[in-house]
Amino acid sequence: MIFVLSYLTWLALNWSVETDILITGAGISVVIGLLFCRNCTVLQTVRLTPKSFAYAIAYVFVFLWDLLKSNIDVAGRVLSPSLPINPGIVEVKTKLNSNIGKMLLANSITLTPGTLTVDIREDRMYIHWIDVSSTDIEEATKSIVKKFEKYLEVMYG
Amino acid sequence: MDSVKIILYIAGALILSGILLALWRFIKGPRTADRVVAFDLLTVISIALMAMVAFFNGRIIYLDVALVYGLLSFTGVIVVARFIEKGL
Amino acid sequence: MELQLLIGSLVTLAGSVFIFLGALGIVRMPDLYNRIQAGTKASTLGTILSVAGIGIMNPDWAGKVFILIAFVMMTNPVSSHTLARAAHHIGIALSKKTVVDKLKEDGPEENKKED
Repeated sequence: MIFVLSYLTWLALNWSVETDILITGAGISVVIGLLFCRNCTVLQTVRLTPKSFAYAIAYVFVFLWDLLKSNIDVAGRVLSPSLPINPGIVEVKTKLNSNIGKMLLANSITLTPGTLTVDIREDRMYIHWIDVSSTDIEEATKSIVKKFEKYLEVMYG
Repeated sequence: MDSVKIILYIAGALILSGILLALWRFIKGPRTADRVVAFDLLTVISIALMAMVAFFNGRIIYLDVALVYGLLSFTGVIVVARFIEKGL
Repeated sequence: MELQLLIGSLVTLAGSVFIFLGALGIVRMPDLYNRIQAGTKASTLGTILSVAGIGIMNPDWAGKVFILIAFVMMTNPVSSHTLARAAHHIGIALSKKTVVDKLKEDGPEENKKED
């Protein structure tokens, strides 16, 4: 897994397919994989089925679309003279069990403007929300987490 | 080609004024954490600016500079945040 | 070729508009958390768009541009999350407009699992 990742990075950095570049990259990637793979069990939880692959691609597009939408929303808030913000820290629950799934979920929440993960404890996340519409756990979970969780659940469980 | 250059100059002017605004917060910021936020913003902005300079000069090596700069400042922000939280 | 240059420069222009709005947000917002919200993340999208525009204008650089975008997308939320947690840990006050603070109500808890 580490081998594939570092080899892809090497290829993208060089952006050519000459023979010596390919061989050198393969050698370096093997060394890196052997050096660091003693504690890389965190990547082993990824499910490599066609369905999870399709969901990963769909997730990327859903995420990018949401990123653009919420960026325009926050930009409008910044531009308007009265500064219509309504911030607060709410608590949401997640169903994801694996660590990498939780990490991806927290990163997605943070990267979407308007929501910012402040802390994670077990299966609860504390989220700073720029426009609080409800303080109830269920309601907040529904409006922040659900759209990402649907895809991540298939990928990581 | 001309219109492209004009558009790119406007983009550069917007980015530079963004740097000025962030510098204002960096100088004024009431606490350390505000300054760190401004510093983070400055880094991200200068990555974009470096990419633009790379395009103007036609040198791909400047993109490597942007990459390494991003790496170093990321570690810097993390370290300062840990320091604020509980000391080194 | 002309069209490609035009599209790329327009994407870069959109990115720089987002960067400018992010910097404006970091000046206007009343407290630290909202500054993180408006500042770092609007500018993340701005940087992604600008660099992608450069990549569209110059297709030979696509690999490096792709790595740069992936890198910015992976590191930026981590640093803003760390900053927000540290700020809450030392008790920087939220602004007066704040509605609710669930984290403070639940109280501090030792030995967290992450990091």
